Amino acid sequence: MATVSEPPKEAFRLSQLIYDTRYRSMTIQIVALVAFLILIGWLISNTAQNLADLGKEPSFRFLGESAGYDINQRLIDYNNQDSHMRAAVVGILNTLLVAILGCATATILGVIIGVARLSKNWLVGRLMTIYVEIFRNVPVLLWIVFIMAILIETLPPPNAFRGDDPDATMKLFDTVAITNRGVYIPDPVFGADAKDEKGEFLEEPVGWRVGLGDFPIGASRDNPACESYYATEGPGAGEPAASCGTFQVSLDLLLVLAVLVSGFYASHRIKRRADRIQEATGLRPVTWYLRLGVVVLPFAITLWALGFYFAYPELRGFNFQGGTHMRNSLIALWLALSLYTAAFIAEIVRAGILAISHGQTEAAAALGLRPKRIMNLVILPQALRVIIPPLISMWLNLTKNSSLAIAVGYMDITGTLMGITLNQTGRELETVLLGMLIYLTISLIISAVMNWYNRSVKLVER
Amino acid sequence: MKKTVFLGALTVAGLAAGAAAAGTLDDVKARGKLNCGVTTGLVGFAAPDANGEWHGFDVAVCRAVAAAVLGDPTAVEFVPTTGKTRFTALGSGEVDMLARNTTWTLSRDVDLKFTFVGINYYDGQGFMVPKALGVSSAKELNGATVCIQTGTTTELNLADFFRKNNISYEPVPIETNAEGQQQYLAGACDTYTTDISGLAATRATFENPADHVVLPEVVSKEPLGPLVRHGDDEWADVTRWTLNALIAAEEMGITSANVKEMASAPGSNPEINRILGTEGNLGEMLGLSADWAVNAISAGGNYGEIFARNIGENTPIGLARGLNAQWTDGGLLYSPPFR
Repeated sequence: MATVSEPPKEAFRLSQLIYDTRYRSMTIQIVALVAFLILIGWLISNTAQNLADLGKEPSFRFLGESAGYDINQRLIDYNNQDSHMRAAVVGILNTLLVAILGCATATILGVIIGVARLSKNWLVGRLMTIYVEIFRNVPVLLWIVFIMAILIETLPPPNAFRGDDPDATMKLFDTVAITNRGVYIPDPVFGADAKDEKGEFLEEPVGWRVGLGDFPIGASRDNPACESYYATEGPGAGEPAASCGTFQVSLDLLLVLAVLVSGFYASHRIKRRADRIQEATGLRPVTWYLRLGVVVLPFAITLWALGFYFAYPELRGFNFQGGTHMRNSLIALWLALSLYTAAFIAEIVRAGILAISHGQTEAAAALGLRPKRIMNLVILPQALRVIIPPLISMWLNLTKNSSLAIAVGYMDITGTLMGITLNQTGRELETVLLGMLIYLTISLIISAVMNWYNRSVKLVER
Repeated sequence: MKKTVFLGALTVAGLAAGAAAAGTLDDVKARGKLNCGVTTGLVGFAAPDANGEWHGFDVAVCRAVAAAVLGDPTAVEFVPTTGKTRFTALGSGEVDMLARNTTWTLSRDVDLKFTFVGINYYDGQGFMVPKALGVSSAKELNGATVCIQTGTTTELNLADFFRKNNISYEPVPIETNAEGQQQYLAGACDTYTTDISGLAATRATFENPADHVVLPEVVSKEPLGPLVRHGDDEWADVTRWTLNALIAAEEMGITSANVKEMASAPGSNPEINRILGTEGNLGEMLGLSADWAVNAISAGGNYGEIFARNIGENTPIGLARGLNAQWTDGGLLYSPPFR
């Protein structure tokens, strides 16, 4: 008979930290962590010491000083008397603009190309293969510079549009001007009765469709730019000057968006009602004209009531005036980033589709679905689960690649804060650290949103 | 048996900011080579020729300093820098001196911690336009698209000029002179603005220079000069007095042709003797050899010779001496005495 006895309790000895496999890995990790922290601390103190020796202690005071330089593309009002901080915000908005435009275009193109590359049509399949191989195997910087060079060298300068027999004419019924300084497109504006053709405020509005105007956030009566906003009469009364407030929100746009959203909601309710009737009776009522009507009619009436019209670009002086100016730098950057990233996304989409078992296609075909519907209703929704995680990193890549903007003079955050501000103030460390922080924040936000979306579509397993 | 092997690869990014605080003169002597920051290419001021040899007005200053310190005008490593990278290159010790048409301003001198050792070209910012545009004054440029090198004082001057005259413009920021040239010639901008010397140099490379005019307005003072890091006065003295030696040599009539002969024996003019080291010990005071100035002048000639050969009226760039004449000729060049 054997007696089972507990192994004798050993007292913990220090040597176990090294010789006992249970504790050794922990010891090594703690030592490595301490060494790593010491290294970081040494780097920081070394930098601080060297900067102190140079007499350049880190300071962020420069952010409040007047920037002194101008920026061509501004999504919020900015002039050269504003602070470096505001210049940086203008840069951030430009970065976000090109990132959003780029991600949207790259995703749409990527999905189309990825699906087309799997096409049974030999020509389409090969063409897409060529596209993917060309775009993803040449550095994106070269694409940016190349597209910019094409835009500058091949398109006509604005003065080619001048004269009785001009070398170049405006396209699309004289509404769009394509020049080597960018593309001028019609600008949607509200308040047709309050303004003349050039968009200047009239002394007396010719009707009641004057629009709601803009609402300045952070306006104060002390700011001379806000004088017209608080005025009760005169031309442009109630309408703030461009530099009034921190930024301005177009009330017209908000109202139009609200009307549009409620239209879509109503349309959705009508669909739900039709679904219920179909389930109860087996007959689906015809609703398409109702659904179209609740979206389009209120939208059109609101636009008309607010005095919506297009301001067309027109050659005045050296450049086209009026309309929206999409600069070459934006177009070159947007196109290059989208085309380049689309090649990668196409491969991700292709991989996602190939990951779905062929049995799914056959099963769907057996149910009588057409190939296009099989793709849209059966394959793509399942492939999405495979596609989304790598798609997130493509979007992040595109956003970070937008920092190559300086190659074509696009004033993004790299061009303003880490470019001109760095140069004029000489604060390399501070501006670059801020820049890194900003990119980190943008990237983490994109990740967080996409991860949340990914969780919502991923297969729920038990 | 299980073995845990811990491999740690730690890459230390060397933060060399201001690591080279003092002793640049000794560093250069020990290295046997001067690292000199120049532009990425501006004909007449600093540009490599077909053989990769650097030539130009700023390059000559680098060569003169190398000749004074090392006795060899070719012992220079030219580091091309853009308007954006130049200060970081100098501040981090990548280059020993910067001779890159850089404007002397208070904030660069004081806040960026550099020392300007003198002025080798008195310049001003101007505008170049195609003749076909029919513009005769910069004040007529309302609404124009302006190409401008980013990271320079011209950017701020431009903003000031247009604000002062209450007219608007559309800036097109560009990184290098070559890009500016491309955009300007393609008509992507109406006017190109930078220092007038730079405009003249750029125009000289055009196919039809006569089709372009530099507008009469000079919108700023741009004293261009070489600069070194703050806090190394010995090295600043060496570069300052090398530049002064070139200027004084022109005033005294010392040229690359006669410098050897004049230095062979003390002459009748005591200041020339002191410059050339045949009298006194100025070289020793600077920590250089007695014939430092002889070497510097032999490298490319005196200031006037350097000017005439690189950017003067007989070159394609065709700049007149103007403010850059000797004080005796009504210009601003005035070297302190060698004593």
